[in-house]
Amino acid sequence: MQPSELIIDRPDEGVFRVHRSSMTSHDLFEQERAKIFDHCWLYVGHESEVQKPGEYRRRTVADRPLIFIRGSDGQIRVLYNSCTHRGASVCQQDEGQATGFTCIYHAWRFNNKGELAGVSDQEGYGDNFNKAALNLKSPPRVEHYRGMYFVNYDSGAESLESYISPVRELIDLTMDSAEVLGGWRILSGTAKYSIKANWKILIENSYDGYHLPSVHQTYIDYLMWRQKKASVQNPNPTGSDARDSSSLKRTRAYATKNGHGGFLYRAEGRAIANPSPLWPEETRREVLRVKSELIAKFGEQRARQMSEVSRTICIFPNFLFQDSQTGFRFRQIWPVAPDMIDVVQWDLVPRNEQQDLFDARMEYSLAFLGPGGLATPDDAEALEQCQRGFAAREVEWSDISRGMKRPAQMNDELQMRSFWRQWHAWLKGDPKNAFTDDIDRGAGNSLLINLEA
Amino acid sequence: MSNQTQWQRAEVEDFLYAEMAYLDEWKLDDWFKLFTEDCTYVVPTTDRPDGDPARDMVFIDDNHLRLEGRVRKLKSQMAHREVPRSRTRHVVTNVRIVDVTDGDAVVEACFVIYRFKGANKEPYVGQYRYRLTRQDGNIMIRHRRATLDLETLRDQGAVSIIL
Repeated sequence: MQPSELIIDRPDEGVFRVHRSSMTSHDLFEQERAKIFDHCWLYVGHESEVQKPGEYRRRTVADRPLIFIRGSDGQIRVLYNSCTHRGASVCQQDEGQATGFTCIYHAWRFNNKGELAGVSDQEGYGDNFNKAALNLKSPPRVEHYRGMYFVNYDSGAESLESYISPVRELIDLTMDSAEVLGGWRILSGTAKYSIKANWKILIENSYDGYHLPSVHQTYIDYLMWRQKKASVQNPNPTGSDARDSSSLKRTRAYATKNGHGGFLYRAEGRAIANPSPLWPEETRREVLRVKSELIAKFGEQRARQMSEVSRTICIFPNFLFQDSQTGFRFRQIWPVAPDMIDVVQWDLVPRNEQQDLFDARMEYSLAFLGPGGLATPDDAEALEQCQRGFAAREVEWSDISRGMKRPAQMNDELQMRSFWRQWHAWLKGDPKNAFTDDIDRGAGNSLLINLEA
Repeated sequence: MSNQTQWQRAEVEDFLYAEMAYLDEWKLDDWFKLFTEDCTYVVPTTDRPDGDPARDMVFIDDNHLRLEGRVRKLKSQMAHREVPRSRTRHVVTNVRIVDVTDGDAVVEACFVIYRFKGANKEPYVGQYRYRLTRQDGNIMIRHRRATLDLETLRDQGAVSIIL
């Protein structure tokens, strides 16, 4: 099958189908690596992880071994973890603080700025030996936005700022919202797990509002049970507009240029800053204090968008930015094989968050997400069952047409179509001109939701 | 009688063997009854084996209420990851009473837990740390921590069973 035939996309008829070989084919898997992951901006790390001179984190980004490090000059760099002599990795620890690295193979030494600082028995190299040319290398492009560092292995790629500009408005809402609490930091402790499925169905799942009542019934039951035990009046288990068909109309899914997309919905239980009825009075007071500071700093409308709305953003191809009533987290989704994903996930917290609010935030984060949560393992099960189902090769197509004929809600599939359209455009070799929405919503189409509805 | 002699390793081992049998037989209500009202059950992330729920991300940080919620969930026919239930074998060994605090025994032990369901067969390996107490003549769990030796959950995927 030719790449052009993998997707059937007829917005006028409400038809959108994806050929399931895209989830099983080794050939397409290799094409994705070469045509997408070698050309798109990929998240590496957050500045809060490398605050001190010499502090570093070892990362693997599209299979490349990298060192994310702050040099003794204060500058953050991304270096390939590969000795310029014969290739061995120079950094063997996942994290730490170092003045430099010594390769175990022939003891070449590099400082924490990546410069070749010493070569054992240098006499063996002539007078013209150019040490400066043998510094640790960096990916062709390293750029950052609001503390988030990305790399691009394509030197000709558009700038990061331009690439993410369609969703910058949403990123800024979340990033600005912690400024009154000292800004965000990555919380120590990483969830590293895997799912035996194709990476693209975890992308879909990460912003799929349709599966909540079915896959996560036990999680919703748990929240309902908690609220009943706490004698909450009119309990709303998810604390959000995901509750029923009429409130869902107030939510929205969105799709932007470059294949980014996600959903937005109003929610309670946001540590910044819309309290849950389950939280103690003192904790609720602190949340409302934070909200009033946000209103003073950013004005009522913007502060309400920050505080009362949960946002999920997928930055194409594999980075999830989730600011919700279950916490704020980054999730990287890495293809390992056509039927294997590695997930790396971090929670972020404000630097100056009160302990009771931190505890409340983490309770809901852990209850839902992560390998030990009451929800994520069931997602993994659903995805693995999809992957097993794809072995029925005669059942060729998956249907992703939901919401194609109405203003898209969070439980529709516009955001997934956006992803697939951009994916398809990269494979066909024309990524710049992909139209990823169902219809043209006009240039002034804002990504905010109407809080008066 | 000194503190040390109030706790015998043999009785602690008998208690742990019975606890593991409850888990492997999916008698989760009986298992939950072993916990005190002020109990905690913690599983740190693989990259922070010393993780503290008050300041770090962990996989699981249950108190009595949340643990009851976890048991309720696992008993449901809608707990998709565990329906049908996986077959598990909790092997506990190298049991040591490492301290006695306010009459409670601080116990460390090693575990190897196999979970079989579909393609899953890779074990969870790690160390338990317990704080055991006595209430009305019965041994009860006040604190239970399962620290994994694994570097990632690459082969296991999730912690969908009680470790």
